[in-house]
Amino acid sequence: MRVEITLTVNGDPYSVHVEPNRTLLDVLRDDLGLTGTNRGCNQGDCGACTVLVDGKAMNACLVLAPDADGAQITTIEGLATGGRLHPIQQAFIDEGAVQCGYCTPGMIMTAAALLAAHPDPTEEQIRNGIEGNLCRCTGYESIVRAVRAAGRKP
Amino acid sequence: MSGKTQGLIGSRVPKIDAWEKVTGTARYGHDITLPGMLHARILRSAHPHARLLAIDTRAARRVPGVKVVLTGDGVTCANLGLMQDHPPLKSGKVRSIRDEIAAVAATSEEAAEEACRLIKVQYEPLPAVFDPLEAMKRGAPRIHDKVKGNLLSFNYRFSSGDVDSALSRSAHVVEGTYTTRFVTHACMEPCFALASWDPQGRLLLHSTTQIPYLLQGHMAKVLGIPGSAIRIKQPVIGGAFGSKLDTYPYEVITALLAREAGRPVRLLYSREEEFVCSPTRQPMIIKMATGCDADGKLTARRCEVILDNGAYTSWGITTPHIMLLGITSLYRVENVLLTAQSVYTNNPTSGAFRGYGNPQGTFANEQQMEALAHKAGIDPVEFRLLNCNQPHSVTPQKFRITTCALRECIETCRDSIDFKAPKEGLEGVGMASMFHVAGGGRVYKSDGCGVIAKLDDFARLTLMTGATEIGTGSDTAMAMIAAEELGLPVENVSVINNDTDVGPWDVGIHASRTTFIAGNATILAARDIKAQLAPHAAEKLGCTEEELEWFGGAIRVTGDHDRSIPIDKVVRSLHFREQGKMVVGKGFYDPPNEFQARDMTGNVSSTYAFATHACRVRVDPETGRITVLKFVAAHDVGRVINPLGLDGQIEGAIAQGLGMALTEQVRLDQGRMQNTSFLDYKLLMARDMPRDIELHYIETNDPEGPYGAKGVSEAGIIPIPAAIANAVADAIRVRIHDLPLTPERVLEAIKSKP
Ligand code: FES
Ligand code: FES
Repeated sequence: MRVEITLTVNGDPYSVHVEPNRTLLDVLRDDLGLTGTNRGCNQGDCGACTVLVDGKAMNACLVLAPDADGAQITTIEGLATGGRLHPIQQAFIDEGAVQCGYCTPGMIMTAAALLAAHPDPTEEQIRNGIEGNLCRCTGYESIVRAVRAAGRKP
Repeated sequence: MSGKTQGLIGSRVPKIDAWEKVTGTARYGHDITLPGMLHARILRSAHPHARLLAIDTRAARRVPGVKVVLTGDGVTCANLGLMQDHPPLKSGKVRSIRDEIAAVAATSEEAAEEACRLIKVQYEPLPAVFDPLEAMKRGAPRIHDKVKGNLLSFNYRFSSGDVDSALSRSAHVVEGTYTTRFVTHACMEPCFALASWDPQGRLLLHSTTQIPYLLQGHMAKVLGIPGSAIRIKQPVIGGAFGSKLDTYPYEVITALLAREAGRPVRLLYSREEEFVCSPTRQPMIIKMATGCDADGKLTARRCEVILDNGAYTSWGITTPHIMLLGITSLYRVENVLLTAQSVYTNNPTSGAFRGYGNPQGTFANEQQMEALAHKAGIDPVEFRLLNCNQPHSVTPQKFRITTCALRECIETCRDSIDFKAPKEGLEGVGMASMFHVAGGGRVYKSDGCGVIAKLDDFARLTLMTGATEIGTGSDTAMAMIAAEELGLPVENVSVINNDTDVGPWDVGIHASRTTFIAGNATILAARDIKAQLAPHAAEKLGCTEEELEWFGGAIRVTGDHDRSIPIDKVVRSLHFREQGKMVVGKGFYDPPNEFQARDMTGNVSSTYAFATHACRVRVDPETGRITVLKFVAAHDVGRVINPLGLDGQIEGAIAQGLGMALTEQVRLDQGRMQNTSFLDYKLLMARDMPRDIELHYIETNDPEGPYGAKGVSEAGIIPIPAAIANAVADAIRVRIHDLPLTPERVLEAIKSKP
C-alpha cells in the first residue's frame, strides 16, 4: 500500500508515493535522482548515507520514508549556496580529505551538522563527532584537519 | 592564464576530482542506470563443499518481472583465474560458501531476490577442509579433482648459499612460527557491474576494475568472443586496495545475463555479500629461522611459508614474489632458503591486498630481527643499522638497489620515538622497516602504460590513458607532471582514464606503480608535444630551441622574458593553415625491470622503496587493550610529487595497518564468514587513531622515477603489524606471533608469562 509523502529537499518541495518500507535513502536516490548520497551498508553502520533531517545528521538508510513526511532535508547536493561551496566542502578539497570519495558526502554532512552545533570544535569533539562515519582511505587525519580548518573560518 | 605553472612538483595540489566528490556529482557504479536496465542477484552455495545434484528454477522463473535465470549447466563459458580453475557459474560441485550456483535478472532487485529464494538446490554435502595444513595431509578431501594433495603447482623456492651450515655456525639463532589471518578490503563501495550488448554483439561492461585491459582480455576468453567486441568503462571507484585485481564471476555473470535478456543488467552487492564474497588477504603460516654472528651480522635465514589459497586461484597466487622480497632483501643476508606453497581449502578465495604479502612476511621478519638483537645482546636499532641495505648494491635475489635511504629512515624513527624515554606502566616501543617494489613490478609480460596527450587550440591539455584512478591521486600526479613539463596550470589539464576505447594500455593499478609508470609515460607524451611545438616557437621568437622556456601558459626565451608567445597561439598557428596539423603527443613507458626466473632471481622492479615505522604503545593489563600513543613513519619516497596526496597515502595506510595489527579478522566457521557487517568486522574509526602521528619523507631522487619519485601507496601498510608487535613485546615482555593482537590474545600472553 503506497503512501504519499511530502518533503522539502535542498529547498525544493517534492511529493512522492512510496511503499511504506522504503527508506529516505531509496527515495532520495531512486525517486528524486539525488545520487550524491551514497549507500555503503544500508544498515546504519557506515555513515555514507548521512543527510540532514531538520538540521540533524541522520543515516538516510535507517529513516523510513513515511517517517520523513514533512521534513526539511539537506543532502550533499544542497550544501553549496549561491554557487559557492560550503566552507567544509572547500576545506575537504584543500586538506586532501578526499580520496576515493565514497564516504565523503556522508562525512561532510556529519561535519556540517557538527560545525553548526560547535562552530570551532576541538580535535576530540571532531573525532567523536564523526564516530559513525567510516573511511577506508584517508585514515581520518586529513578529515579531522579539514573540519578544524573549516571551524576556524569566520 | 592564471594559476601556478612551475615549481608544481612538491607543492600541495588538491586532487583534480575532489570538487566532484565534495559536491556529490561524482558518478559511482550505483549511480549509473541505462534505459530498460534489469537488476541481477546471485544465488550462492549453502555448503562449503558439496555435489550439486539438481537445481530446480521453475518457481523462480514464474516470479513476475523475472526475465532470465541462469545456472552453470545452462551456460557455456571458460573458467577464470590464473590456474583456470574457477567457473563463473558452478555446475557439478561447489567448493566454498560463496560459490555462484544461479543468477537472476529481473525488473526489480526485489523480484530478483525473491526468485533466488525460490530456486531449489539439491546438494550432496562432501567432507570439507578449512586448514591448509590439514588439506595437505594424505586422505584430506580433494577440492579440485585433478589436484593431488590440494597443492597448487604454483610454488616458490629460492636458495642462495648454504643455509644449514651457516645457521649451525651462527653465534645466535632465533626460530619461530608466525600466523596471519584472513583480512578483507572492506571498500566503502560494494562491488558493482553493469553490462549491455549492442545490436552488433559488442559488450559494454561498466566495472570498478583495477585492470581494464586485462579484464577485456579475460572476458573475451571466458565468453569466447574477440577482445575487439568488448569495451570496458570504469565509473568513479569507491576504493579498491587490490580487491579488483582479478576478473570475477559476478562480472561474467552480469554480462551473460545481459546477453540472454537482450537488455542492460546491473549487479550491486549488498554489504553482507561484499563481506562474504569479495577477496581477502592470504592467511599465512610462516616458519622462520634467522642467525647472526657474535658481532651481530646476519648470517642466514630459512623461511617456509604455507598460504591458504581458498577454493579457487586468483591473481593473488603470485603474492610470494612480492612477499619474499622483504624476507630476502630488507637486510643483508647472504645465505637464504625460502619456500612458499599455496594450498587449496574450502575457505574463501584469497586475493591481492595492499602490500601483496609483504605485511605478512615483514611481520615475521622484523619480529625476528628484534628477537635476535636481544638474544645477541645488541640494541635492536643498532642491530638493524648494522645489517641494513646500502645504496648501489645487489641482493641475493638479484634485486639491483639503486637509491636507498633505509639507514636514514631507521635513524629518523630512532630520533623521533625516543627509545630510551622512561615508560609508565605497561608501555613499550617498537620499530619495523620494509622493502618493497617502487618502480613497477613485473609479474605480467608488460609492466607498461600509455598516455596520449592532446593539446588543443585553447591550451586545454587532455591526457588519455589506461592508468586507473582508485582514489590514490595518481591522475592528479599525472596532471601535475604534464603541467610542469609544458608550463601550464594544472587547471588546464583533464585526465580521461576510464574507457578502453579511449586510453592506451595499462597493465592495471597495483604494485604502487601508477604514479611511477604513468608519470613517466606522461613525461614522454608531454616531451613529444614540446618537440612538435619547439621548432615553430623558436622560429617565431627568433631563438634556438635550446633557449626556449615553458612557463605560464607561454613559451618564452630564457633570460629574455619579454620575447614570449602563448602556447595556444603556437598550436593554432600549426592547426589553422594549409596542410595544418594537430598537436598530439604519445608516450609509452615500460620500466627496465625483469621477470623473475624460475629460481626467483631477477630485478623485478626498476627501483625499490624503503621505510621504517616506530611506535610507542600502552597495554592495559586488565583488558589487554593496546593504545598507540605515538606513531612515526619515515619513508624513502624518491621525491615528493604532491605532499597532500602523499600524506593521505601514508595516513590511510597507517589506519589500515593498525586495523590489520589490532582488530581486523574475517572470522570463519566451517568456511562461512561470521562477521558480515561493519559492527562485527572492526575497522578503525577516527577516535581509534593515534593522536600523535609524525610523517617524514626522505628524498633520494631516484634516477628512474618521474622527477625522482618512487611508488609509495603500499609501503605505508607493510611495517605496521611488525612494529606494533615489537612494541607490545617490549611492553609485556612476551612476544605474540599471531595476528591480530586482540585484547584476548594480549591477555593470554600476559598470563602465559612464567
Ligand atoms: S548506508 Fe546508511 S549507514 Fe551505511
Ligand atoms: S575517501 Fe575512500 S572511503 Fe573515505
